[in-house]
Amino acid sequence: MTAVDDHPALEIGKARRRKEDQRLLTGRTRWTDNIQLPGMLHLAMVRSPFAHARITSVDTSVATQAPGVIGVFTGSDLDGQGLIANAWPLNEEQKTPDHLPVAVDHVACAGEIVAVVAARSAAAARDAAELVDVDYEELPAVLDAREALTDAVLVHPELGTNRSAFWQLDSAEAGTGGDVEAAITTARAEGILIEREYRQQRLVPAFMEPRSTVVDPTGEQIVMWTATQIPHILRFLIAATTGISEAKVRVIAPDVGGGFGGKLQTTPEEFATLAVARRTGRPCKYTETRSETMVSCHHGRDQWQTLTLAATKDGTVTGLKVDLLADLGAYVAILGGGVPVLGAWMFNAIYKFPAYQFNCQTVLTNKTWVDAYRGAGRPEATYAIERLMDELAAEVGVDPLVIREKNWITHEEFPFTSVAGMTYDSGNYEAATARARELFGYDELRAEQRRRREGGDTVQLGIGVSTFTEMCGLAPSRILGALNYGAGGWEHASIRMLATGKVEVLSGATPHGQGHETAWSQIVADRLGVAFEDIEVLQGDTQIVSRGLDTYGSRSLVIGGEALVKAADRVIEKARHVAAHLLEASADDLRFSAGQFTVAGTDKGISIGDVANAAWRGHNLFDGAEPSLDSDATFDADTFSFPHGTHLCAMEVDTETGATRMRKYVAVDDIGTIINPLIVEGQEHGGILQGVAQALWEEAEFDDSGTLVTGSFVDYTLPTAADTINFVTDNTVTPATTNTLGTKGVGEAGCIASTPAVVNAVVDALRHLGINDIQMPLTPQRVWKAVQSAGTDPGGPSQEAQPHFAEGALNQDPSAGATDGAAQ
Amino acid sequence: MTRVHVTVDGVQYSDDIEPRMLLVHYLREVVGKVGTVIGCDTSNCGACTVHLDGASVKSCNVLAVQADGHEVTTIEGIAVDGELHPMQQAFHEHHALQCGYCTPGMIMQALDLVRENPTPSEEEIRLGLEGNLCRCTGYQNIVKAVAACASTMETSTTARPERSAAR
Ligand code: FES
Ligand code: FES
Repeated sequence: MTAVDDHPALEIGKARRRKEDQRLLTGRTRWTDNIQLPGMLHLAMVRSPFAHARITSVDTSVATQAPGVIGVFTGSDLDGQGLIANAWPLNEEQKTPDHLPVAVDHVACAGEIVAVVAARSAAAARDAAELVDVDYEELPAVLDAREALTDAVLVHPELGTNRSAFWQLDSAEAGTGGDVEAAITTARAEGILIEREYRQQRLVPAFMEPRSTVVDPTGEQIVMWTATQIPHILRFLIAATTGISEAKVRVIAPDVGGGFGGKLQTTPEEFATLAVARRTGRPCKYTETRSETMVSCHHGRDQWQTLTLAATKDGTVTGLKVDLLADLGAYVAILGGGVPVLGAWMFNAIYKFPAYQFNCQTVLTNKTWVDAYRGAGRPEATYAIERLMDELAAEVGVDPLVIREKNWITHEEFPFTSVAGMTYDSGNYEAATARARELFGYDELRAEQRRRREGGDTVQLGIGVSTFTEMCGLAPSRILGALNYGAGGWEHASIRMLATGKVEVLSGATPHGQGHETAWSQIVADRLGVAFEDIEVLQGDTQIVSRGLDTYGSRSLVIGGEALVKAADRVIEKARHVAAHLLEASADDLRFSAGQFTVAGTDKGISIGDVANAAWRGHNLFDGAEPSLDSDATFDADTFSFPHGTHLCAMEVDTETGATRMRKYVAVDDIGTIINPLIVEGQEHGGILQGVAQALWEEAEFDDSGTLVTGSFVDYTLPTAADTINFVTDNTVTPATTNTLGTKGVGEAGCIASTPAVVNAVVDALRHLGINDIQMPLTPQRVWKAVQSAGTDPGGPSQEAQPHFAEGALNQDPSAGATDGAAQ
Repeated sequence: MTRVHVTVDGVQYSDDIEPRMLLVHYLREVVGKVGTVIGCDTSNCGACTVHLDGASVKSCNVLAVQADGHEVTTIEGIAVDGELHPMQQAFHEHHALQCGYCTPGMIMQALDLVRENPTPSEEEIRLGLEGNLCRCTGYQNIVKAVAACASTMETSTTARPERSAAR
């Protein structure tokens, strides 16, 4: 039985303008760095310039004497500073180096904190940080993941190896499919074998608000304000690693300026600020500079993907084997190896592959640590398979959409259990693709492509296809348990019915730009039949919302939204009994619709607001009634949700200069029920551009000594308004069946789908020249080099089976030599 | 220490400051105008954009002493009596902000853009905002909002764009 007899969707689906905008538009926002407390000290970090070194001594005497300085602290001064934890060891054997917030005697990457200066102003702290004299004994560093596998140079000598963990999913062993080696052998003999190596370059999340932390140790309870996606997880880990009682720690994420996974971390800076605040007994603030963000905030991606796709001659895929080498950087971050492993269920994507094997080796290197960045594991998987499907189409000689249609799960086949063992509940790939084709003008653009090709135009046109799915709603607690993850994946909500008729909604999902206040209000307004304007959403504070698992992995709506529905239903059930008493009727005879309880067959009724007020007064309740309608709920899903979509991209490529220009981009996403189309559109726009940026512009590059050379916004090229075009976005809807709202999640979709769409388009523009890959990012220089070397390649546009992973060669792409970005 | 006299959002301030202090630090730390934010340390992001005598500047790229005797308008000075400026309203209407961190700078830059060119094309808007980074929106709705605002301000008889510069 549902609590609501009839709930017209008045708010759900409406393009409500956002509640959170007013303060953001007028500069009345509560960013962490805006917080000032009496007597507050400002911190500056002294960071290692070396990628790998032993700290032989730290002389703080001069810095301590500098004007305004209250104290200078090294790692050994900060007893009980806590630990930066890995919450997802892939298995018992995983090698996990200890990660101290402030290093004591060893640094494993540039940017690691070796001392903290506390001063009365931020400028004084920074000046004094220059005066801390650290003696390092520089050690050899290993920067290349493949080189790290040899263990010739060790990132953490005490571990004895750089290999952190190996993780496998094999369909034959799991009983979810056939034997991949057999499929490969058959394809080699009588079918098609596509063998490729793809590089997922390292990226920087680059949220716009630099991270900032304020800790107030005054009083019994320690309060930390911090720019984080995960206040609840942070509170738990502070307690678990410092020994401070969990009840004495309050973490507040005030307004947070973007995250994209980059603020899904418990950071050395947060723990160092906490330690110095406790040590000095004074409120402390640390706000990083952008240059510090670039080197010290975890990076994303960074994988080498070795892929073998087996198919019959007509293009029916018979097996896929994936070998990942995932560079973790210097430490195993909070999700760490879990990020590439999330790809395990996604390489098979929307297709019916009979055999599959996924292998992932994680490895430590002397570079910035790596963790979740928008999509986390799923973009990498989607990139690989969508690139491969285009290669297969080229091999068979058919349109890339044809090869997908041949292999995808048809809409009649849902629910469908994939070769990786995941059950997809719903979807309609045909519908999304048909709509995308239509919006794109697919046939016209193909005709133009032919014309340009035949006319020998110097500017060629390419069309890129990306049909993707993702697993969202991270994550069912039982599955996380089976994967050895340290926490659950539920979400919590509370609804408080105030005496004035207003409603307070508390959610454990903590936003950083997603518009939760608006979307949650829409959901609760419909469910309770109260006005959108009468709802206030409280979030991001562990004292106000005591339970929560925060925001990442497109989980807020799918998991947190469902918790809201459950809490609202409990409010209604409590109210039903109070209303029955007030209306002198039996609870069974009451109908609840649009916020009103009515007695069947009479004109008697009462609004839920009046019931709430009556419950608050408590003057006239039935015997034994509790004078409150407030309710809590925690929702844990049984399985993931599976948004999907078809993205089409047209790129113009100037074969003389290597310059690329986006002509058109169409995205049709099926994200299930849409709560607010305006917010959905915004998520898609931003996500798509982040994925395009990986394809065309962004890469975190280190030099030979392990210094990040793209260490500021001067060198790390984020796209600007002038670099991009308007995307065409639309939605098809097949509701999810795994939550009552039918939602699937949208936060990561654009970023997952767009990278292969763009690269497929550029490769498609040049395929007739014999080019079948260019390494990301596709800078004009790389494209130009690819064109140049293709022209001199006597083999021409050969589509013969590729040589099997020639030593040192990347992607069989002669342009992408070891000197050209392949070093990391 | 140097004494500066600066008018910020219509109010006069006199302060003794270190000569090396950047305008953005003066606004945030001394005057308390924390609506103006800092996104980088290389003058690339534009998050700190304010108006100096009516024209946009990146306030991390100006010393506070250079503002001595001048008028500064920040994001906090453009709404009147709680009523949003048309550019703020357009950003709200077109969902041109997500986390909102870039928004103050983006709006101040957009106002400068339409002041100089009241009828900008999409291309001109994109170029005009090139110095302001946004990681959330993909810029699409920002461009839409600026275009919509420019056209309403053009046709509006109460022409408010100059007002922000004059205050
Ligand atoms: S803070 Fe001024 S441009 Fe980035
Ligand atoms: S809205 Fe987040 S950076 Fe622009």
